[in-house]
Amino acid sequence: MRVLAALLILIAALPARAEEVVLGLSRTNVSITTDFDGSDILIFGAVKREVAIQSDPPLQVIVTVEGPLEPVTVWRKARKLGIWVNAEAVEIDSAPSFYAVATSAPWNQSITAVEDLRHKVSIPRAIRSVGAPMDIMDSEAFTEALIRVREQQGLYRVEEESVELQESTLFDTSISMPANISEGRYLTRVFLTRAGKVISVHESEIQVGKVGLERWLFTLSRQMPLAYGLLSLAIAALAGWGASALFRAIRSG
Amino acid sequence: MQIYLPIAEVSVNVFLLLGLGGMVGVLSGMFGVGGGFLITPLLFFMGIPPAVAVATGANQIVASSISGVLAHFKRKTVDLRMGLVLLAGGLIGAALGVWIFNLLKGLGQVDLLVRLCYVVFLGIIGGLMFIESLNAIFKSRKGAPRKRRHHGWVHGLPFKMRFRTSGLYISAIPPMLVGLSVGVLSAIMGVGGGFIMVPAMIYLLGMPTKVVVGTSLFQIIFVTAFTTLLHATTNYTVDIMLALVLILGGVIGAQIGTAFGTRLKAEQLRIALASLVLLVCGKLALDLFITPSEIYELVAR
Repeated sequence: MRVLAALLILIAALPARAEEVVLGLSRTNVSITTDFDGSDILIFGAVKREVAIQSDPPLQVIVTVEGPLEPVTVWRKARKLGIWVNAEAVEIDSAPSFYAVATSAPWNQSITAVEDLRHKVSIPRAIRSVGAPMDIMDSEAFTEALIRVREQQGLYRVEEESVELQESTLFDTSISMPANISEGRYLTRVFLTRAGKVISVHESEIQVGKVGLERWLFTLSRQMPLAYGLLSLAIAALAGWGASALFRAIRSG
Repeated sequence: MQIYLPIAEVSVNVFLLLGLGGMVGVLSGMFGVGGGFLITPLLFFMGIPPAVAVATGANQIVASSISGVLAHFKRKTVDLRMGLVLLAGGLIGAALGVWIFNLLKGLGQVDLLVRLCYVVFLGIIGGLMFIESLNAIFKSRKGAPRKRRHHGWVHGLPFKMRFRTSGLYISAIPPMLVGLSVGVLSAIMGVGGGFIMVPAMIYLLGMPTKVVVGTSLFQIIFVTAFTTLLHATTNYTVDIMLALVLILGGVIGAQIGTAFGTRLKAEQLRIALASLVLLVCGKLALDLFITPSEIYELVAR
């Protein structure tokens, strides 16, 4: 009770804003277990406001989920002596390992290019690439390829008009993550926009990580690689010996 | 049912993996090969990263070779002395192979190297086997088997050693070199290398056929174990979960294969294996030559 009261005081003490997001996540952590096959995250919330609903221009909601940032090398193949080999590379300084954008309206009605640039909402804006080697003239092609490949893998997704918005107050959407996502902290952002201008942003986090056996094996392989290697050999030796002993026993009756 | 592989970081169907391990096990039981040369490319096709496929393939071969060598020890068809000389070369070769592997990984060309090695070696071995078994069928129809004793240049080299089990008195250099080259291939391709070592032992070293398979299995255990350790400590690419499922399918398949193999004719078996090897080789080669649908590739740093 006291906590709630404190929270209410805190909310009241916030600088008066016309409209704000109160967010709920279906889960704040995603566990990668042995039978992990992707996951859906339900993101829902309400718009808290102290004034009457303004219906023109209408309120729009954009939800983004961004995986940990990491550097990536993009290789372009070229035919050399008849076979396709990796020929040119561009190093992208930081790209999210996962990125999903869901909007309540078609993209161009949701946010303007200027606001997109400022808040880094769309996929191309979320990728940071400082420079390509001097001999590569078309470095944009590499960034486009990065987006294309990850879209095919289900790691980057743009889902326009997939946020359900009711009475300009309640919204919900579902973001699906494929099985091949990486571990780390996933930043979830909710933008409220009117006429393409961002009027409020709310951020929260989802923790994605291996648990149980998966966690233990992964940690062992990185922190004690020799022990891990010996363990895998021991298992192999045991399985090989065990199988031949077992089948010999079966054959001899 | 999907299973998430902690090191490969992909989710795959566990029955597909068991089936793959089982199928390769059947083949290895039928033909007396390790099956690494089939398992690794098939893992590529399933979407397992090549580096993980190679390292885990080596781990799987440890299991199948131990299973095989025990039977040979019982029959006393393992030339331990020869095995140790081959092993000395093999360990040097494996270290060299992992070093080359890591060098090319840094250059972004490791995929190409692995695939090229596969196309070249599967092509050569598959082609030779195919021709040889066709000839054998042709000859068995005529009913004129031919025997020949090999005495090549290898017998003129220094550092001679006596190999009692094989009944040989030859220089230690050729077995070392054979071991070394197979070690390099083992590290790069994730194979035991039996399919190269066996012909080399028979035709190059002139070893009697009955001790060849046992001796090569003996050597393969240690070389692939060493390769597994090197990959595990330098690349972190050995996936225990993947290896376990493959081994499970493999050991069961091997027993089924052994039972099958005794019922089929040797020539038919060899032609079937050769066709399979050529098929895998052809698919890999096509991927290299045909314009890919996506000419860009992502490599995480």
